[in-house]
Amino acid sequence: MTMAIMTETETTENRTSATAQVDLPDEKRDPPATIATELGATVGNVRCENPFVVAENIDVYYGDNHAIKNVTLEIGKSEVIALIGPSGCGKSTFLRCLNRMNDSIESARVTGKITLDGQDIYGKGLDPVALRARVGMVFQKPNPFPKSIYDNVAYGPRIHGLATDRAELDDIVHRSLERAGLLKEVKDRMDEPGTGLSGGQQQRLCIARTIAVDPEVILMDEPCSALDPIATARIEDLIDELSEDYAIVIVTHSMQQAARVSRRVAYFHLGLLVEVDETDKIFTNPQHRLTEDYITGRIG
Amino acid sequence: MNGLATTREKVEAGLRRRRRTERVFRLTGILATTVGVLFLGVFFADLIGKGSSAFFQTFIQLDVEFSEDILGPGSTVDLEYADFDGLARSALRRAFPEVTSRGERRELNRLVSVGAGYQLRDMLVADPALLGARRSVWVPASSTVDMFMKGNIDPALDEALRPLSDPQIGWIKGLQDRGRIAKHFNRALFTNGDSREPELAGIRGALMGSFYMLVVTVLLAFPIGVAAAIYLEEFAPRSRWSDLIEVNINNLAAVPSIVFGLLGLAVFINWAALPRSAPLVGGLVLSLLTLPVIIIASRAAIKAVPPSIREAALGIGASQMQVVFHHVMPLAMPGMLTGTIIGMSRALGESAPLLMIGMVAFIVDVPGGFSDPATALPVQIYLWADSPERAFAERTSAAIMVLLGFLLLMNLTAVIVRKRMERKW
Repeated sequence: MTMAIMTETETTENRTSATAQVDLPDEKRDPPATIATELGATVGNVRCENPFVVAENIDVYYGDNHAIKNVTLEIGKSEVIALIGPSGCGKSTFLRCLNRMNDSIESARVTGKITLDGQDIYGKGLDPVALRARVGMVFQKPNPFPKSIYDNVAYGPRIHGLATDRAELDDIVHRSLERAGLLKEVKDRMDEPGTGLSGGQQQRLCIARTIAVDPEVILMDEPCSALDPIATARIEDLIDELSEDYAIVIVTHSMQQAARVSRRVAYFHLGLLVEVDETDKIFTNPQHRLTEDYITGRIG
Repeated sequence: MNGLATTREKVEAGLRRRRRTERVFRLTGILATTVGVLFLGVFFADLIGKGSSAFFQTFIQLDVEFSEDILGPGSTVDLEYADFDGLARSALRRAFPEVTSRGERRELNRLVSVGAGYQLRDMLVADPALLGARRSVWVPASSTVDMFMKGNIDPALDEALRPLSDPQIGWIKGLQDRGRIAKHFNRALFTNGDSREPELAGIRGALMGSFYMLVVTVLLAFPIGVAAAIYLEEFAPRSRWSDLIEVNINNLAAVPSIVFGLLGLAVFINWAALPRSAPLVGGLVLSLLTLPVIIIASRAAIKAVPPSIREAALGIGASQMQVVFHHVMPLAMPGMLTGTIIGMSRALGESAPLLMIGMVAFIVDVPGGFSDPATALPVQIYLWADSPERAFAERTSAAIMVLLGFLLLMNLTAVIVRKRMERKW
C-alpha cells in the first residue's frame, strides 16, 4: 500500500472499512475451518439473488489455447462484481464474452450459454450491435474518439437513434456528463477535442459516453490502471453512484479497489473461476488456498 | 565483479571504440547525403542551364502591309487560301531593299518562321478592319535564327558547317542594329501543341493530354483503391485467398509499367475497341498502374488507426460499417490521400505504358476531350529528345522542367494535406 493511496482513501469516506480489512496483517484473519486446495469446481457461491446476467459453463478458446474453462457465474441487477486474479487468468476474456467483443478476434471461439435478462446473447435473436447498446464497456486505457467532447458523448445516442431532436440530444449529453461528474469541468468547452482532457477526465468522458446510451450492464476492464490515485478515487466514487442503476462488472488488478467498490468478488486462476463470494468474505475468509495466496500477496 | 576490473572500468575501456564507430557512421551518413545532393545539384544545374533559354524566343519586327492584292483577287477575301506567307515575305523584303536576287531572297525568307503567316492570318480574322492598313508586328524568327541569337551557332565556323549563311548572319546583324530583332517570352511553348517547327512547338497538347489522363486515373483509382483497401483490411476474413490477394497486390506494384501498357493495348484497344491514342485509355492503363500503390498506402493508413478507437466504437454498439466510416476513415484519410497523390505523381511521370497504346503519335491539335488523340508530357519529352533539330534540345529540357514543376507541386500538396489533416490521439 503506497502513501498515495492512503491519502486518497482519506478523501473518500465510504470505502475506509473495506480498505482496513485488506490492510489487516495475515495473522488477524480467521483461519478457515476447511480450505480447498484442488482445482476444479468453483467454491463459494456463483449464484446470486435476482440474477441479471447468467453465464453457464463458458469455455473460450483462442485457437488451441483454452483461455476460459467451464466458468459459471451469475451477476445480479445493480450490483458491482469485481473480477480479480493474476495476469493471463482470463478475467478480461470473460468480461469481453459478456458483450461479445471477442467476436472481433478471429481465432476466438466461445461455447456455453450467456443470458442477459433471460435472453441468450449468443443466440440468433440478438445482434451484437443491439447487445452492446445494452452492455456498455469502459476500457483500460482511456480511449475517447478524436472528436469534440460533445460528439464523444453524443455518438452512441446518435448511432442508436436515441434522440429525436437536437434539444433531446443536448439533454442526454448534459445528463451523462453530469452523472460522470465531468459536466462542471467541461461545460464551457464542449467543442474542444476529448483527447485534450487529462487522463482521469478522459476516462470519465468514456464513462459518460457509455452511460449516454443508457445500458443495463457496464463492463469495466481495469478502468483505473492508467490513472493516478486521485483520478482513481473519483472513478471509484462514480462506480459507487452508478451501481444504483447499473450492474457493473469490473476487472481490476488492485485488491484494494475490488474491496472498495464491489459487493462480490470472483477470483480467476489460469482460466478457472476459483472462488466467488461476498467481498467481505473473500478478503477475510477465503475458502480456497489459491484465493488466499493471491489476496495475501503470495502469488500474482 | 571478477576482481580484475569493475563495471565502470570495462565501460570506459569500450567507450572509445563505441564513440569511434558512431563517428564513422555519422560521417558515412554525411558523405552519402552530400553525394546525393551533389548529383541532384548537377542534374538541376544541367537541366536549368539547357532548358531555361527555351522560355524565351527570338522575334522579328516587320512592318506588314495588309494589302488586298496579296490576299487574292476580287473584293471578297478568302482567308483560307490567302497568301499570308507572302505578306510576311514582302514585309521582310521591304526591310532589306538591297536584296534582289532570287536565291538571296529565298535565304532572307528563311529568317522568319512559317508561323508568321499563321499569326498574320489570326490577326486579320480577329480584326478584318486591318485590311489595307499597315502595322508593325513582332513575328517569330525561325529556329536557326533563334539558335544564333542564343549563341548556339558559332559564326566563326566555316559557312558550310553552320545552318546560317554569311549573308543571313549579316541581315540578322542589320536587324539587330535597327532594334528589330529581340527575345520575348515564349508564349507559344505554353499555348501550342506539338509542331515540326521547333519555334512553334509547345507543350499545351501534352499538358492537356496528361490532365485528361490524370482525371480518369484519379476518378477510377482513388475510389476503387480505397474501397479495396477498406474491404481487405476491415471486412475480408483472413484466409489463404486473402493472403494470395495480398501477395499479388504487392507484386503488381513492382510490375514494369510497360506490361500494363501491353495489357491496355490488348484489353482496352483490341478487345474493348476504345480509340487509340486517347487519354481515356491512357487513364485506364495508369489506373491499373496506380491501383496497387493506392491500395498499399491506404491499407497502411488503415492499419495505423489505433485499435483502441475501433474498440471504443464497437463497445458502444457501432456496426462494423459505422466503425469504418465514422472513425477509421477520417483518421486514415490523410494517409490515403498522400498515397493517392504519390500514385498520381507516378502516373504523371509514366511514359512506357503510353507508348504501347499509341500515345506516342505526333499530334498537333490540343486535345479537347477524353477521346481525342493526345500525347502526354513525358512522351512529349521522349519525342522531342528524339528530334534532330538543335532547338528541340532546349525544349526537351524546358518540358522536363515543367514536368518536374508539376511533380513538385503534387508532392508538396501531399505533404500539406498530411500536415493539415493529421490528428493527434
